[in-house]
Amino acid sequence: MTSNLNSSPNFQRSTKPMPASRDRPWVKVVLIAIAIVYLTLILFIPTINVFYQAFAKGWAPFFANLVEANFLTAVNLTLIIALIVVPINTVFGLCAAWLIARKRFRGRAFVISILDVPFSVSPVVAGLMIVLLYGRNGWFGGFLQQYDVKIIFALPGMILATAFVTIPFVAREVIPVLEEAGAEQEEAAKTLGANGWQTFWRITLPNIRWGLLYGVLLTNARAMGEFGAVSVVSGNIIGKTQTLPLFVEDAYKQYQTEAAFSAAVLLALLALVTLVLKEIVERKTSIKEVRDEV
Amino acid sequence: MIASSTQNTVQERFWVFFKRLPWLWIITSGYLFFMLALPTAALFLKAASEGPAKFWQVATSPIALSAYEVTFVTAFWAAIVNGVFGTLIAWVLTRYTFPLKRVIDAAVDLPFALPTSVAGLTLATVYSDNGWIGSLLAPLGIKIAFTRSGIAIAMLLISLPFVVRTVQPVLAEMEKDIEEAAWSLGASRFQTFWRVVLPPLMPAILTGVALGFSRAVGEYGSVVIIASNTPFQDLIAPVLIFQRLEQYDYSGATIIGAVLLTISLIMLFLINLLQAWGRRYDI
Repeated sequence: MTSNLNSSPNFQRSTKPMPASRDRPWVKVVLIAIAIVYLTLILFIPTINVFYQAFAKGWAPFFANLVEANFLTAVNLTLIIALIVVPINTVFGLCAAWLIARKRFRGRAFVISILDVPFSVSPVVAGLMIVLLYGRNGWFGGFLQQYDVKIIFALPGMILATAFVTIPFVAREVIPVLEEAGAEQEEAAKTLGANGWQTFWRITLPNIRWGLLYGVLLTNARAMGEFGAVSVVSGNIIGKTQTLPLFVEDAYKQYQTEAAFSAAVLLALLALVTLVLKEIVERKTSIKEVRDEV
Repeated sequence: MIASSTQNTVQERFWVFFKRLPWLWIITSGYLFFMLALPTAALFLKAASEGPAKFWQVATSPIALSAYEVTFVTAFWAAIVNGVFGTLIAWVLTRYTFPLKRVIDAAVDLPFALPTSVAGLTLATVYSDNGWIGSLLAPLGIKIAFTRSGIAIAMLLISLPFVVRTVQPVLAEMEKDIEEAAWSLGASRFQTFWRVVLPPLMPAILTGVALGFSRAVGEYGSVVIIASNTPFQDLIAPVLIFQRLEQYDYSGATIIGAVLLTISLIMLFLINLLQAWGRRYDI
């Protein structure tokens, strides 16, 4: 840090790393205590509660819930949606990020800000948009009915809704990494005769791999965990269009709290694994940047 | 002639551009058009096709007005509370060292990764009358689950990381010498914080608050589970839209959806302005 270089050695920074440590000790203790109490009430207790409730009666009922038919269908559907949405949005995110980072075109600032629209729109409104386009009375409704294609209350609608809410993640994470890497290496590769693919695989991809991985992780976490948008378009038909997050809510509403928590544990584990991988990625890049939204 | 020749060069430039990377542009613009622009246009045009009289009547119906009030007022207070505690958490995480700091720092991101229905489920259990925290509050006559307070708790949880994550890097980059100078010139702790530390943090805090507010306004999954969703009591606007859809009242859902979408887009614009303001402090 530049401030350390400028300051005189008399300050003895080694024992006092930050000026705030000049605070009387009780100030530090009180502030840390307030932060931890707040996080405990809002975050830690609720998270621990998920695991406690799921295993409160031991492992047996937990595993009994895991092999239930409707539960397995929900897991299956969640995985299918993620398997389709994540690659599509990764490809799109890479394309959009490359154009935004490397090209100066008219409307670039506009594209950057509309990329954030899925983050600021309510998931319910996102689902509503899909219904208005592909539903029976929607813009494409007549056309789709003619060919007997069902999108709303079926898998395609759930894929569209999930894709909508996860559009920005990859691009958001890759743009800053691409900008930092600069275009010089790519241009050098081009001059040396590499074609577009070679440049991408050998130069661009290795440069952005951690940012890309992080974006994919976030896309996956959201795709598997999305509730509102999928809930609107799915119709929540048990054993047919019910994903894991929908299963959690439905089981809770049917007073099957145990089943709800068994499913919730899997989703909470997914969240924890995502966080651990995120930490690893951040240590690899050793940059801890702000994310506007994750 | 002049007009056509400039048009020509524009077209030529476009063509050169297109020939170089056609599929990149096609994928990006096509996807953005079909996945983002078209759905947004569909919502606005459908809402507009209802006619101004009907639009106004539905958008300002008593149940809708009460839903906006519950949504925006609760989201506002949740964002403010997280603004205060988020700044405090960011301060503690950047300025102090204590055991488990790294774990706590990483855990702050949990609400981003945790599916909202899981958040709602566990909050409804913990804050219900016989839950871990709810049972402590029940004897005092405080009910949280299935009331507006429950909505507030859910919004606090899902918007928790925003302020922490926007303030943290600004605090880490801040010149500590300025604080040292204020100290050595005789400023009190309070004066140093209020006059020296807080002003450069303000853009980051406000950005975080605005992001948290925007997220809380749109929140559905956790709130629908922890609230009782009773009209005029704890019914938020996104849940109202959902209920309208369940009743096949598509025009009602569309109109309230358009109101909510407009506010989200205004928030997005404000957040962009706030971020531009914050960037002035970068240099």
